[in-house]
Amino acid sequence: MGIIKSLFGRRNRGSGATAKDRLRFVLQHDRIHLPPERMEAMKREILAVIARYLVVDQDRVEIDLEQRDRRQSKLIAEVPFTGQQPANNAADAQLPAMSADTADKA
Amino acid sequence: MGSEEKSRVGAQVITVSSGKGGVGKTTATANLGISLASLGKRVVVIDADIGLRNLDIIMGLENRIVYDLVDVVEGRSKLRQAMIKHKRFDDLFLIPAAQTRDKMSVSPEDMVQVTDDLRQECDYILIDSPAGIERGFRNALEPADEVLIVTNPEVSAVRDADRIIGLIEAAEKGPGKLIINRLKTDLVRKGEMLSSDDVYDILGLDIIGIIPEDELVLSASNSGVPVTLNMNSQAGLAFNNIARRIIGEDVPFMNLHGNPSLLRRFLRLFDGR
Repeated sequence: MGIIKSLFGRRNRGSGATAKDRLRFVLQHDRIHLPPERMEAMKREILAVIARYLVVDQDRVEIDLEQRDRRQSKLIAEVPFTGQQPANNAADAQLPAMSADTADKA
Repeated sequence: MGSEEKSRVGAQVITVSSGKGGVGKTTATANLGISLASLGKRVVVIDADIGLRNLDIIMGLENRIVYDLVDVVEGRSKLRQAMIKHKRFDDLFLIPAAQTRDKMSVSPEDMVQVTDDLRQECDYILIDSPAGIERGFRNALEPADEVLIVTNPEVSAVRDADRIIGLIEAAEKGPGKLIINRLKTDLVRKGEMLSSDDVYDILGLDIIGIIPEDELVLSASNSGVPVTLNMNSQAGLAFNNIARRIIGEDVPFMNLHGNPSLLRRFLRLFDGR
């Protein structure tokens, strides 16, 4: 079905479709008051943490916002990895807030 | 929302808003007022755009204004004195905005007071909100039982609509309903304009009406006779359909796309639409 549709129907993707894509993108950020730049910075930080423990396949990483409606947003992350980092890499991880927290509870 | 519904006596207050200016709020308010009146309802339309009065000229009542909304709020005139009767409908009245004052002359509480005083005397109160998200919009929103958001199938109008939808929900006046104005069906068909389905997907709000682009709307504004009084106008018919939906009739949406092409019908077989 998809093939037939793409063969005939979507031959020329008009500017209307571009408008829809651009609006979806900008409204996601408008609604959560998180501009794209800050979002990118957050993604980099999240990946940096994961990369201390796992060998991440950087090319296939997908971190995206998903919105069911304007009150509910989800951050969906797909982070493929190929193995774990050597133990000393992870031990080097400097995460003061987290370690203090877990120390208290322990 | 349910409790508000119960405590409400008399008229329903419907605020027409948009965020962005120039998308057709005033035109929509005028036409819905006329359509509701032609359906036998008692209607008061209020121009809440203090300082930029326009609903009067669109409705052809600009020469009859003596008192305005600010005169009422500040006690210089009784409500009745500021209500201008429409030329053709005995049960349609306009309360004009003040032209020489600013939006701070009226408070949200004033608007609640004015509409409460009117509720017993009519079936519908339509408020034409100013553009923007400041005081004027707050004034128009405060007394609303229902909010209609006018937008055009165009990126800036849709973005601004999303912004005020958020504010409407935050004020617990939501969810509101959409009027998509000035849809150019030929452009949609070519894929060069957002379709009504696209706007629905993006904003996630129910659509109460789709108004096709229609040159007769400009002629109507020029002459001060809202387009819904013109039986030959597609836009006029679409506004009338919205009014009928407001009073609770189940009116199917107009077919704006003409007959689908053979290729399109063929594609629908695969698409399940």
